[in-house]
Amino acid sequence: MKNKYSIFSLARNALSYHQRWQTAWRSPEPKKQYDVIIIGGGGHGLATAYYLAKECGITNVAILEKSWIGGGNTGRNTTIVRSNYLWDESAAIYDHAMDLWSDLSQELNYNVMFSPRGLLHLAHSVHDMQEISRRGHSNHLNGIDAEFLNPEQIKKMLPFIELDCRYPVMGGILQKRGGTARHDAVAWGYARAADALGVDIIQNCEVTGFNIRDGAVCGVQTSRGQISAKKVGVVTAGHCSVLAEMAGFRLPIESFPLQAMVSEPVKPIVDCVAMSNGVHAYISQSDKGELVIGASSDTYTSYTQTGGFDVIEETIGAIVELYPLFSRMKMMRQWGGIVDVTVDRSPILSKTPVDNLFFNCGWGTGGFKATPGSGHVFAHSIANGEMHPIAAPFSIDRFHTGGLIDEGAAAAVAH
Amino acid sequence: MKQPNRLEHGGRIDRDRAIEMQFDGQTLSAFEGDTLASAMLANGLKIVARGFKYHRPRGVFSAGVEEPNALVHLRSGARHEPNARATVVEAYDGLQSTGQNAWPGVRFDISAVNQLLAPFIGAGFYYKTFMGPVKGTAFWMFCEKFIRRAAGMGRAQTVADPDEYEKVNAFCDVLVIGGGPAGLAAAIAAGQCGARVILLEQDACLGGSMLSLPVGGESDACLKAMEATLKGMDNVRILKRTTVFGAYDQDVYGAVERVWDHVEVPPAHQPRQRYWQIRTKQAVMATGAIERPLVFANNDRPGVMLANAVRSYVNRYAVLPGKKIVLATNNDSAYAVAADLVRAGAEVSLLDARVSVPAELFKPLEALGVQLYPGYGILAAKGSRGVSGAKIVLLDENGCARGPSKTIRCDLIAVSGGWTPVVHLWSQRGQKLQFDEQSASFLPLKSASSTLKTAGSANACGDLNQALLQGEVAGQEAAKAVTGVVGVQVNVPRLKEAIYADDWARDLLMIWSVTREDGSTDGKAFVDVQHDVALSDIDLAHREGFVSVEHLKRYTTTGMATDQGKLSNINALARMAQLQALSIPKVGTTTFRPPYTPIAIGAIAGREQGIHFRPTRLTPVHDWHVDNAAVMIEAGAWKRPWYYPEGGETINQAYVREAAHVRKHVGVVDASTLGKIAVQGPDAAEFLNRVYVNAWKKLKIGRLRYGVMLRDDGIVLDDGATARLGENDYFMTTTTANAAKILGYLEHLLQTAWTDLKVHVTSVSDQYAAFAVAGPSARDLLDAVCSGADLSNEALPNNQFVKATIAGVPVRINRMSYSGELAYEVYVASGYAHAVWKNLFKAGASFDIKPYGTESMGALRIEKGHVAGPEIDGRTTLGDLGLAGFASRVKPFSGSVLRHREKLDMASRPTLVGLEIDGDTGGMAGSLIYDQRAQQMGEEQGFLTSTTYSPALKKYISLALLRDGHERFGESVDIVNHVGDTVQTAKVVSPHFFDPEGARQNA
Ligand SMILES: Cc1cc2nc3c(=O)[nH]c(=O)nc-3n(C[C@H](O)[C@H](O)[C@H](O)COP(=O)(O)OP(=O)(O)OC[C@H]3O[C@@H](n4cnc5c(N)ncnc54)[C@H](O)[C@@H]3O)c2cc1C
Repeated sequence: MKNKYSIFSLARNALSYHQRWQTAWRSPEPKKQYDVIIIGGGGHGLATAYYLAKECGITNVAILEKSWIGGGNTGRNTTIVRSNYLWDESAAIYDHAMDLWSDLSQELNYNVMFSPRGLLHLAHSVHDMQEISRRGHSNHLNGIDAEFLNPEQIKKMLPFIELDCRYPVMGGILQKRGGTARHDAVAWGYARAADALGVDIIQNCEVTGFNIRDGAVCGVQTSRGQISAKKVGVVTAGHCSVLAEMAGFRLPIESFPLQAMVSEPVKPIVDCVAMSNGVHAYISQSDKGELVIGASSDTYTSYTQTGGFDVIEETIGAIVELYPLFSRMKMMRQWGGIVDVTVDRSPILSKTPVDNLFFNCGWGTGGFKATPGSGHVFAHSIANGEMHPIAAPFSIDRFHTGGLIDEGAAAAVAH
Repeated sequence: MKQPNRLEHGGRIDRDRAIEMQFDGQTLSAFEGDTLASAMLANGLKIVARGFKYHRPRGVFSAGVEEPNALVHLRSGARHEPNARATVVEAYDGLQSTGQNAWPGVRFDISAVNQLLAPFIGAGFYYKTFMGPVKGTAFWMFCEKFIRRAAGMGRAQTVADPDEYEKVNAFCDVLVIGGGPAGLAAAIAAGQCGARVILLEQDACLGGSMLSLPVGGESDACLKAMEATLKGMDNVRILKRTTVFGAYDQDVYGAVERVWDHVEVPPAHQPRQRYWQIRTKQAVMATGAIERPLVFANNDRPGVMLANAVRSYVNRYAVLPGKKIVLATNNDSAYAVAADLVRAGAEVSLLDARVSVPAELFKPLEALGVQLYPGYGILAAKGSRGVSGAKIVLLDENGCARGPSKTIRCDLIAVSGGWTPVVHLWSQRGQKLQFDEQSASFLPLKSASSTLKTAGSANACGDLNQALLQGEVAGQEAAKAVTGVVGVQVNVPRLKEAIYADDWARDLLMIWSVTREDGSTDGKAFVDVQHDVALSDIDLAHREGFVSVEHLKRYTTTGMATDQGKLSNINALARMAQLQALSIPKVGTTTFRPPYTPIAIGAIAGREQGIHFRPTRLTPVHDWHVDNAAVMIEAGAWKRPWYYPEGGETINQAYVREAAHVRKHVGVVDASTLGKIAVQGPDAAEFLNRVYVNAWKKLKIGRLRYGVMLRDDGIVLDDGATARLGENDYFMTTTTANAAKILGYLEHLLQTAWTDLKVHVTSVSDQYAAFAVAGPSARDLLDAVCSGADLSNEALPNNQFVKATIAGVPVRINRMSYSGELAYEVYVASGYAHAVWKNLFKAGASFDIKPYGTESMGALRIEKGHVAGPEIDGRTTLGDLGLAGFASRVKPFSGSVLRHREKLDMASRPTLVGLEIDGDTGGMAGSLIYDQRAQQMGEEQGFLTSTTYSPALKKYISLALLRDGHERFGESVDIVNHVGDTVQTAKVVSPHFFDPEGARQNA
């Protein structure tokens, strides 16, 4: 049995100088054979494994992670959580995630610090206004909260905003249930809970190839040897195309660097999450006090996790434009991740040309918020061999049929 | 205030210039050349800050950018700045500073009670609690409020920054980063080899580590000589107070120069800081090294300092922070420190973790009266608000106490755990680091980079002459790589006598943490002082399996504070290595992220804020619009006339009047913002034929044609008219919003897909203005003002153009209509546009000419059912927009294959329709459309794209995308605004509301 985390266990352990805490997850040697192998120990992969064990009765599961869990985009993102997407299909999957977010800490017995502090999209042009208006209307239809704010109401939420900037703020749309969560805690919480249910988390284990027999996957080759599996789920985000190539097919995905930065920590000043597609400024404040700022993705495809500084310049310009008081704040750290982008900016959760091989990818610039929902429906899809109804519209087929779920057409970035 | 710790003589301060500063209401007297930290120490200030989590008292710890403790609020009001490191804040008269993260103040801080909670709030405690007794987020959010208030460090400013910043682009052959001995030597060598050199130094003075050496010594002479040499070289540019914060691909370096940060208010029109973006062919990284602390119980007490920082304060600032000093080391570099301290009047006990120390090191010290303790380390610092003693013990090879401890009374503990070469920029370039056992540090893997060389302490070179030599070689090689010239004689000075005692890399014992026999400590022993991460936290991370470096870092937050692990990195790794029984490199190293030190956000934004945030594009007749009271609207970078109110009209009144006027008389709209692209070359027709859906090969000279482009996946991309001006010369127009995108798209095709086509595309958007003249009197007006052209319907039908002159200015007149009226577009070279526009209005007076803006232009095009941005939204197909008829059935074109994918060809797709809205309020774009019968099913059938009041129809109308649209003409639908909670009804009609036959435009 795992230690249960609570204020009481914390107090008890304090008395024994914290000598009695157990490892959050084991580090087992890979077994010869698993029922399901999940490739990629990011939030989505870990969540998938957890729900396989928790809800689908499949516990002979391994997660293979080439480096350390949560070190991909899961540990690099700006942690914005929202569900106010335009299309019904997106609303269904992101709002499914939203429902899971609200009880996730208790579910995992791990404080993932999901904090629905309100998420505000600003509109800077007539076009932006039309976009939020249409989106707001469809949100309502899908039971997703959306409130339109006028500039005065926005000023109340963000007292330091400069409404009358180069592209004046004309209005905004607020999702009160939106907010942020602690990215590392999501990865670790799922890992610990999955491990407790018997899932093997195997780090430093890179998948280098698939064993495919009669058109069906039967195992993987890894840097730690061959491992067989009845089913395999690939959840490798920026590197999904690489894995698809190993399996012998191509994905309609381009991988770009996406950058973000934090300022030095300061006392609370930004309470909600404020996003602006129009001038490209995304800002929130972490519990530690850092301003967390997201940039737009680089214009060139790349696998280097750095990205060009011009993108940062652009983003910082927008931040200073909207929030001139942050000009003297100092940027403390800047980094990038590789995001897997589809043409319609919606993810791919799908069966593949190879039997028993499933892919969950294409979350691009905005998949953190979907982590619980994505893992949940993907687990059920793998377990049943058929895509879960919420996942079904996101199949690879849509690129053949043209049935795109286009969330990106208006704004190139959907954090 | 007296300066109790100021030495009578020495230092590099200007004793003639006494200044006064404030810290927390106390006056600090100081001299020019001081830093805020040296002034604090000179004035005997011990507690200058409070710890992040436990609010323990903290003092100045270092003398450089690595400072973890002495973070302060600087200045007040609009120039307030949080988290300033006192160690690098240059002193100036009148400087105001206060302590932060403490209440009521740093000397007495209520939150210090957190220390009682310390057993509960170790690493990652927040992941284990605050979840609350019931489901949901309420309990967490309640707790989070308090956590947020407790966290953070300084207070952010609350008003806009009044200062200016600017950006500079610079280019050079050799960029030398760091103005210490290695960097100076490199700059001299590279410069003497003929390279164009830029030398950057973060400090206000050149010299680097040499500034910490005794004043007037041989090193000073060497430094002076080098400065003089550099001064005489006009191919070397020196920037002081300039930090290279990042190294990027293609040898681009980012640097911030703190031009006027060392004064309260920058002089008029001078930037506070300047951001340099430097492109170089070669760079020399001579960034030095940062001393590593030692970890022992209460090593965060005020009065525990880095050994070489103390030396810096003594030699550079003439401040002796303590009289009785315990100096602990595991390497040679503390010996010279000890000597300098004794000479400055201190009593020094020197603890060396190494058992055997070479005689040449300790003999001279013994002569100076230094008490030596070989094999000893500090187990704990004594004293609570400041150091009062050091508990010392004999150490075993793991750094554990061996035998009983004894206490030495002292008022300062100085520590040296070796040095950490500053390899951030190397790592940022994605270059490999390799662990060097001898110096116990991660070093640049030589030969890994052909454009970035390293020299001096950044290479773990601890000897001054050696550093000079390395710099000289690196500078020479870098220059050689650029100029190709070899064998140039260079002239870099050397010291006659090596400063032998300085070489820390020579013989270092890898002991950084000192514990009791059982591995525990006598109190909190901090690895990351700024983030209050103690050894026990690392141990806990290990116990719980957070063993990979990144997990360790994130779980414990080691290295995540504003110093970004400059002091803690190796010590944390070493502890983890010890716990796992691995070597340090097996545990791993973290990758360094820019910036090297935090940089002001404003500096990166430069002047690109406010009006200059994005360039503002004005049409050639902008002034006329302004003079004629136009209300302007932003359209991307453009400013366009939105409407021209007359006599206090509202926008709604104005646009309705303008639109009606166009239909009755004549109006002119400034369409100069349209994208204009010259498509030229023998294959231009073929090219157009491939990018547009319709046929282009037979277009005659003098004709123009409307065209639609698709993305390669079959979705509509843009539309516009293209005229054939000459045999191989076409003039394309795009929508305003897509001008740049289309140019890029065409270039992309020409450069990647169809490299065989002989076509050039050139943007001429700025070269031409365009005015649409529309209305029943359009022809009469143009006839009156133009000469040299026959504008009659026979001579100039729709889709043809003529050349003419207006007031002697050559113009091209396209006959085409967007408004549905008889209309022409007048193209004129931008420089003459204003004259032509004025002439139109002069001649137009008798035709009742009026200008109209984008709002009425929108109304007119909606009445005609023409699509624009809201319809071409990146999701619609030709069929959706009723444009399928344009597509050629015979030729292939971009998007012709994928546009027939099954879901794109489905009959039930939402298609463009018109809506006549009942009642006297307009619809809101974005509102949803419901089938009146099926509304309970909750399925929306489409949405409103563009809405307007139609003066022609005298009712509110809208374009919409509606499922099965074409089959529903005549049907009544509900328009629901869910947000405003209103329902309207409307009739579905053809989108061609007005004059569907086009009688008016063909008139
Ligand atoms: C800068 C930035 C900001 C972002 N901001 C937001 C935001 O605010 N809100 C939001 O919702 N989303 C955001 N995102 C997107 C979000 O981070 C991702 O969509 C999401 O985290 C993806 O999770 P994942 O588990 O699929 O991928 P990852 O966390 O990237 O996990 C994939 C894992 O696969 C592993 N892997 C790859 N190849 C192999 C192999 N061959 N063998 C074994 N393992 C392999 C990788 O090491 C990695 O750990 C942002 C992303 C970035 C980069």
